[in-house]
Amino acid sequence: MTDQIFANSAAEVELLSFRLADQEYSVDIMSVREIRGWTRATPLPHAPAHVRGVINLRGTVLPVVDLSTRLGMAPVAGDARNVIIVVQLGGQNAGLLVDAVSDIVAVPRAALRPPPDLAADAAHNFISALTILDGRMIRVLNLAAVLPDATVEAA
Amino acid sequence: MTQDPMAEIRASFFVECEELLERLQDALTAIEAGDHDPETINVVFRAVHSIKGGAGAFALLPLVAFAHRFETVLDALRSGQMQPSPEAIKRFFQAADLMQDHVRAARDGTAGPANADEVLQALEALAGPPAEKPLAEVAEFQPLALVLDLDADPGIADSAEPQTAWQVFFAPHAALYATGNEPLHLLRALSALGTVETRCAYPAAPDLIDLDPEAAWLAWQITLAGEVGVDDIREVFDFVEGVCALEIGPAGGTNACTPGGQTETTQPRPAALHLPAAEAAPARASGPPPQPTLAAKAAESATVRVDLERIDRLVNLVGELVINQAMLAQSVAEAGLAPSSAVANGLEAFMMLTRDLQDSVMMIRAQPVKPLFQRMARIVREASAAIGKEVRLHPEGEATEVDKTVIERLADPLTHMVRNAVDHGLETPEARQRAGKPREGLVTLRAMHRAGRVLIEVEDDGAGINRAKVREIAISRGLIAADAVLSNAEIDALLFLPGFSTATTVSALSGRGVGMDVVRQAIQSLGGRVTITSDPGLGSKFSISLPLTLAVLDGMVVQVAGQKLVVPLSSILETAALTQDDIRALGPQTHVISVRGAIVPLYDLGTELGFRQPRSSYDGSIVLFCVLDNGSSAALAVDAILEQRQVVIKGLQKAYGHIPGVAAATILGDGQIALILDPADLVRSATGHTRAIALALAG
Repeated sequence: MTDQIFANSAAEVELLSFRLADQEYSVDIMSVREIRGWTRATPLPHAPAHVRGVINLRGTVLPVVDLSTRLGMAPVAGDARNVIIVVQLGGQNAGLLVDAVSDIVAVPRAALRPPPDLAADAAHNFISALTILDGRMIRVLNLAAVLPDATVEAA
Repeated sequence: MTQDPMAEIRASFFVECEELLERLQDALTAIEAGDHDPETINVVFRAVHSIKGGAGAFALLPLVAFAHRFETVLDALRSGQMQPSPEAIKRFFQAADLMQDHVRAARDGTAGPANADEVLQALEALAGPPAEKPLAEVAEFQPLALVLDLDADPGIADSAEPQTAWQVFFAPHAALYATGNEPLHLLRALSALGTVETRCAYPAAPDLIDLDPEAAWLAWQITLAGEVGVDDIREVFDFVEGVCALEIGPAGGTNACTPGGQTETTQPRPAALHLPAAEAAPARASGPPPQPTLAAKAAESATVRVDLERIDRLVNLVGELVINQAMLAQSVAEAGLAPSSAVANGLEAFMMLTRDLQDSVMMIRAQPVKPLFQRMARIVREASAAIGKEVRLHPEGEATEVDKTVIERLADPLTHMVRNAVDHGLETPEARQRAGKPREGLVTLRAMHRAGRVLIEVEDDGAGINRAKVREIAISRGLIAADAVLSNAEIDALLFLPGFSTATTVSALSGRGVGMDVVRQAIQSLGGRVTITSDPGLGSKFSISLPLTLAVLDGMVVQVAGQKLVVPLSSILETAALTQDDIRALGPQTHVISVRGAIVPLYDLGTELGFRQPRSSYDGSIVLFCVLDNGSSAALAVDAILEQRQVVIKGLQKAYGHIPGVAAATILGDGQIALILDPADLVRSATGHTRAIALALAG
């Protein structure tokens, strides 16, 4: 596992955590550009199910991925309570549609564990690390696996 | 001097070179057309000469050497010693092309063209033995370089071949001594440059009683012999600049060159030794004085060079403004204000201003197609020479302005089409004679604005497309079925299929079979279309229709399955409301419409885009008849037509990748993104219910 989360040399990582259904996920805060309220996305023809469509981000076209569907769970409802996390990966911006943003947490690097190798569901490939915080399990997303490049290939 | 200003001057020299080369081509074309006015020949001469002068300043020796020989031949033409025969003009064009190669090579720091010598020798042979020997020519050119120097760039004088003898007049001011300088050191330094003969000029003899011992009284007149540039001499006096009077000129006194601002200072000088520039110019009036052209050029080039990036940022900003204005308009409409209210009126004016602003910004990016056409002229010359055909290129509408990016990306496909016209389109001179045509083939290159688009046509007066042969080849390559019934336009369109080539022998120029489909793709990626018309025996015409700009598009906003989509207006032929009676089923899922006798395939946009299941009834739906790039048409069923408007194109490829049937995206007045449709691509990737020909065309 050579995910960026482990490659980073700082002693602590800051994570933006958010909810999908009743699970808690997070992304490295350094890759987060902004958080936006829910906007109706324009669907794209022939797009895979997890690509919700594109939205207007201040004049540019931003593809939005329904993270829940991407991880193999039921789609995010898509209403005013949901938010879109705009992340940047390799110069590309993309939106992640999630249920709600919960917290920003600082986690010591030593507390990050690689995920166990037994999970068989789709979500497994997309998790780069796990950590336990106050009794909650936080899953750290591997953005490179979740994001558009992968969606384009799937399309 | 730092690196930057030098690089900048160098860059502007090359920009100027391009202009001069363009003028050179123009003048040669005029001469070819029979204009033997000495002034036209002078234009050619001056263009070459100016490039030579500038190149010298940057020590671009191969370019200087080439330009010099070219110029020598041109001088023979100018003096009437050589006649502008067709053969000579052909060679002149070749030399002009080579000169362009040399300029580019110098600019990019690559090696110059290889066959330069051959062309020059041919030209020199045509010019006959130089009457006054090359040496005399050199002598004659020197003063010219100095003329340029007076007009514009002080740096050019040092360009020319180093002088062999210089006159230097050096008169220190009192300040020179006051700052601790010693004329003797300067004179010694000067003598290190060559053989020096120094005379002290003692201007007037004041009475001893009037003599101010702290004033400067002495001046020196130095004759310096040796291969020295004016810069070297000036360098000696670098540290005393401003505290002395200094004049440097070629020995002999006729061409005193006055370095700016240093002479007309204070000191009384021996007048005989001083010949200011203003007096020098008329002395050379017998030679060709380039002054008028240079003056004209100054008026012409009231331009600013702007970084393209800045313009693009401006274009983007205006794009944002257009979107914003549309959103504002929508909010005002939703607020239910009366159309005659002040706000609505103000918005109306705002809308017009935005539109004007957008047009003006687009104009900044627009450039005439002339340089592109001149490039094509060269392609024609080279291509026709390579295969032994006689071809004349006739350009029309060179002043037509097109977006810079469009011009740049048009160069390759157009080159291909022009080569094709020469290679495949035109017959051999013998065949032309047999057909009762002039031996010389004619290729017309035409540019014009039509209905908000740019139309570029490549027309030849050759044999036209041999449709029987095209059909035969298409069948043999398995591109169409042996019994396919094709209209003439459809047969012509077969030329655009990948891997199609009519040339039975592959020539060096074209005929590798990768040609026309690449052309079509390149044109399509610019939002354009290419079509063929052909008359057997009379020739063929390729027409490229392009949008004026790549940034905005006139579109029709339609509704399909609850989504808004934009269809480019340029691809819509007409719209109609349908009843079930107009539609004929063809198999289980395929439908066609017959309109005025033609049978057109029908596609439901919602189904094709995967937004809904196929419909059982099209009753009451609206269809758009779209023209496809192969000249055939298709009908697209939509739910409703909402409006017609200009939209700003937003790329989708970078954010997401290519989607079949979708060209790009745009942002509508409500801030929502709408997809811009590409009907041709949509039909190509449509799900199976197309006619055989459409399938074949999809490749």
